[in-house]
Amino acid sequence: MNEPVPRILLERYSANERTIHWIVAVLFVIAALSGLALFHPSLFALSALFGGGTWTRILHPFAGVVMTVAFALLAAAVAKDNVMRAADWQWLRRIRQVLSGREGELPEVGRYNAGQKLLFFVMVISLAGLLVTGIVIWRRYFSDAFPIGAVRLASLAHAFFAFVLILGIIVHVYAAIWVRGSIRAMTRGHVTAGWAFKHHRAWFREKIGHAASPGTRSD
Amino acid sequence: MALESQDIVRRSATTTKPPQVRRARTAPVAKLIDTSKCIGCKACQVACMEWNDLRDEIGTCSGVYDNPLDLTEHSWTVMRFAEHENERGDLEWLIRKDGCMHCAEPGCLAACPSPGAIVQYANGIVDFDSEHCIGCGYCITGCPFNIPRLSGVDGKAYKCTLCSDRVAAGREPACVKACPTGALVFGTKEDMLRHAEERVEDLKSRGFENAGIYDPEGVGGTHVMYVLHHRDRPELYNDLPADPKISTLVKVWKGVAKPLGVAGMLLAAFAGFLHYIRVGPNETTDDDEREAARAVGASAVRARRETTDE
Repeated sequence: MNEPVPRILLERYSANERTIHWIVAVLFVIAALSGLALFHPSLFALSALFGGGTWTRILHPFAGVVMTVAFALLAAAVAKDNVMRAADWQWLRRIRQVLSGREGELPEVGRYNAGQKLLFFVMVISLAGLLVTGIVIWRRYFSDAFPIGAVRLASLAHAFFAFVLILGIIVHVYAAIWVRGSIRAMTRGHVTAGWAFKHHRAWFREKIGHAASPGTRSD
Repeated sequence: MALESQDIVRRSATTTKPPQVRRARTAPVAKLIDTSKCIGCKACQVACMEWNDLRDEIGTCSGVYDNPLDLTEHSWTVMRFAEHENERGDLEWLIRKDGCMHCAEPGCLAACPSPGAIVQYANGIVDFDSEHCIGCGYCITGCPFNIPRLSGVDGKAYKCTLCSDRVAAGREPACVKACPTGALVFGTKEDMLRHAEERVEDLKSRGFENAGIYDPEGVGGTHVMYVLHHRDRPELYNDLPADPKISTLVKVWKGVAKPLGVAGMLLAAFAGFLHYIRVGPNETTDDDEREAARAVGASAVRARRETTDE
């Protein structure tokens, strides 16, 4: 078994997609840390990262709005690959096999697996919710235009959507760490053919169907 | 309020107890506003401006006596005038001095995310420490009486302090000092309740059988109380809430949601860590690469064949 291991690379994210992803990611970290500082007193110390409580309060909503706009661009780019299909529900029913890494027992996966697709919808819904409720509780510019009951409901809902989004991102980041070779898709733009073959077989096929030609890099 | 001369019993966004060893022996204080004695002269508003160095913008007459029309960051108290026609067809001029009620269970303090920006003293006064205020406006969201106002200039929230600085020095609030009719009185809450009961009795003997004290239980009682001729209909007095309490939404948001939310996030992150420890990374093997390469090769051959066939 000493035959050399071939290293064929497949493009997964373009430079533009990577850029927008990392803009969203950086803004998420800013919005999440500043939001958590205002959420629980035990985390108020995080406000020191932003120059104090007042700056935290000022920056948080702007970071949130820009993040949401950037996310909308990213979501538009990947939406077509995130439509749930029959095989996806089958995949979800076998979540035990997924979590123990027994991918041979799962239906073939396209560009995104069912978990990624669900996460996509969780992010779309929670970010839309955060945007709407965030505007209602943005006291400086908008809150006076809303009845107090709406502001109270929006305050609670904003915390709820943020909680859901943060849990989603924890899953997202962990999955990227757990499934080795995933992170390079977002840093370098490509994955190895073996990675695609193992984790996203249907996408792999589609990719090599019209790419196993001069376009494919191998180094 | 850096040099605090009063004992703080509650502090916003603080999960540990404030210093408790020095127990205040002074009884809680209260301001009693007797609406039946108020003549609407606004001396209290002027005294408030003077003592607190507040000057609101001069507005224009809008056809009612309320001036200014609403509380602002510069007007911590405002007389609200209501014309009420009673059952006998007589006009009653119901005048209510509006301002912070100094709740025993303050919604503003519960909602505030900035440690120490809102404090409650042992004497019952609820005070904003502007130095620590971050300007989020959550106090407005939490207040059942719609009292705090955010300044457009410095972005901080303001409201009546019950002249905490004067009270600390053993004086009554400026508004009480200025009141010419005795509609405003100040003292221990116990004394004020006793005085209020006498007033209610007097009003009842004059035909106001529904007269009563407004010291709403929903917020644990208040340190600013009203004597109302119509205690049964507080809404007559420019929508004084009948049963004020901290909104359930605010209670959930600032209660169970906080520990549950943080615990949920920590658990999720730790669950990920445990999964990694137990299952290990999901790696792509050399065999996967070889198989993939074979598939790529086959596909390339097929592609070439298809091109030649054309």
